[in-house]
Amino acid sequence: MKRRTILKGGAALGFASMLGGKMALAQGLEKVKAGFVYVGPIGDGGWTFQHHQGALAVQEAYGDKVEIVWQENVPEGADAERVLTQMALSGCNIIFTTSFGFMDPTNAVAAKFPDIKFEHATGYKRDHANVSTYNARFYEGRAVQGHIAGKMTKTNKIGYIASFPIPEVIMGINSYYLHAKKANPAVELSIVWAFTWFDPAKEADAAKALIDQDVDVIASHTDSTAPLAEAAKTNGAVIGFGQASDMAEYKPSPRVSSIIDNWAPYYVKRVGALLDGTYAQLDAWEGIAGGEVEIGEITDAVPADVKAEAEAMRDAIAAGTYHPFTGPINKQDGSAWLAEGATAPDGDLLGMMFYVEGITGEIPS
Amino acid sequence: MNFGGIVPEVLIASLMVASVPIILAAIGELVVEKAGVLNLGVEGMMIMGAICGFATAVGTGNPYLGFAGGALGAAALSLVFAVLTQVFLANQVATGLALTLFGLGLSSLIGQGYVGIKPPATGDVPLGPLEDIPFFGTVLFSHDWVVYLSIAVVAGVWAVLKFTRIGLILRAVGESHDAAHALGYKVVRIRVLAILFGGAMAGLGGAYVSLIRVPQWTDGITAGAGWIALAIVVFASWKPWRVLLGAYLFGGITVLQLNLQAAGATIPVEYLSMSPYLITILVLVIMSSGKGKAALNAPASLGQNFHASR
Repeated sequence: MKRRTILKGGAALGFASMLGGKMALAQGLEKVKAGFVYVGPIGDGGWTFQHHQGALAVQEAYGDKVEIVWQENVPEGADAERVLTQMALSGCNIIFTTSFGFMDPTNAVAAKFPDIKFEHATGYKRDHANVSTYNARFYEGRAVQGHIAGKMTKTNKIGYIASFPIPEVIMGINSYYLHAKKANPAVELSIVWAFTWFDPAKEADAAKALIDQDVDVIASHTDSTAPLAEAAKTNGAVIGFGQASDMAEYKPSPRVSSIIDNWAPYYVKRVGALLDGTYAQLDAWEGIAGGEVEIGEITDAVPADVKAEAEAMRDAIAAGTYHPFTGPINKQDGSAWLAEGATAPDGDLLGMMFYVEGITGEIPS
Repeated sequence: MNFGGIVPEVLIASLMVASVPIILAAIGELVVEKAGVLNLGVEGMMIMGAICGFATAVGTGNPYLGFAGGALGAAALSLVFAVLTQVFLANQVATGLALTLFGLGLSSLIGQGYVGIKPPATGDVPLGPLEDIPFFGTVLFSHDWVVYLSIAVVAGVWAVLKFTRIGLILRAVGESHDAAHALGYKVVRIRVLAILFGGAMAGLGGAYVSLIRVPQWTDGITAGAGWIALAIVVFASWKPWRVLLGAYLFGGITVLQLNLQAAGATIPVEYLSMSPYLITILVLVIMSSGKGKAALNAPASLGQNFHASR
């Protein structure tokens, strides 16, 4: 019934659907249709794969009461708006948009469909009451990786394949570098900007460029397993980390550990809230403690003492006794950012567009 | 030798590897276009080659059979295009675009069971003492066999088009299918064969991506290489050696800009990222603008369907 109203379109659209939404919200919905918008293919073995696992967990948790739909390979930009509108018109009650670049399209479409809930991953804009944002504290995992990288490098050169210059990525680079530096003061960090989330050949080329520069530990913030495949060609001389997904097929080396994004608890919780009527706008940012960021098994390629230190750091972060950004930390230009013992406020992190002291090179604008 | 942390011989060796998929796909497309057919489905055929090659290599444990499988799989897909455009006279542009979409989808379907599997390794060609020659050893004699094959194919296509009767017939069909038909050549048959060759080459290029360059299967693994190949054919004004040059330029600058970043060069990253596209187009356009005849290089019947009754 509601859907037919929407399809009739015209001026009645906004009013009618808003009415339907309010009533539904008070009592909870009988059945929820949840839409997921992915930036890459589900088979990327990384970022999108994990989001889809979360979507499947929702289906598992509520069975007949939910219907999930998804769209893969949605380009960031104007096309995303078309896909979102299509999903909204097809009767979705809640739509998860799972890439930073969907931020503006999500807010734009949300304005037109006030009764539909929009959830945007890794962004910060909540222009309308029906837009929530959710993210995971990946920098906590990067701290653990940085420690391993600092301890494991023999050439004292570590690398980072970055995607786009956004706070999300820069946070990870800073955390990785700070902890590598702490573990090994001689360490140097090379950063390669790939300007793509998903292009296996380019990601492999970036890894190769780093390896050609004597880098022997590579972390990546792109979506595919290609950097690990490139590292695997060196017969153990170069190690790396699983990104977004466990990437267990490259165990025990080159993949010595990983950051696993676990979106399932959040998706299950949010769809559940819609079903029982407790849904409210949210700005969610969970980390290791909340189970959204998991540290994949640290393999035997890492010496036992380093592994123990890394696990101790993970546990301290989970327990809340250690924050990866604890002062004193200076910005790249030498100006003070955090005083001795101070921890970074979330606002600083979410808008982080500067490198910390010691990293060379400039952030592309 | 070492320039700002970049070793030239390593860089050249990397660019030769990085360019192989584009060279193979582009030289195949060049033959297709020389025969007067515009097949925009290169990306789709490449990715079919990538998955078919991967599946065959994993199934048989033999990387060489994998490449054969990739070429066959992509040629089979190009046969669909050939039937639609040559027999049923469908619009070539629309059919080519549809072929890409179809190839992407089908490869994803076939690839479902292959995510996370590693293919059998393809080793470098053992060239013994040649590999130890300073500079040239690294640049020329430390590659896998497909790198050499890609250059051989370019040379072969150039020689066939320029010196042989087959080449002459192929070009005649592409320049004026009516005249070729009047002379008694089987226009449709020749075009179908050219399309199959183009498909097989695109398939080899795709298989190179999934078997050697990034030895794994991931959905969408070719990530647009087919479109680059298409563009290079045009900017190379349908000349085989310029295709090689264009592909090396593109591959080379892509590798160079990543290396510059890794070495900590002070050039802004934005410029580095756009440089492969910009420089490749600039160089090829300038090269073909000299004689003022670049447009004449396009096969005259390119993209036009042929039917004997006309």
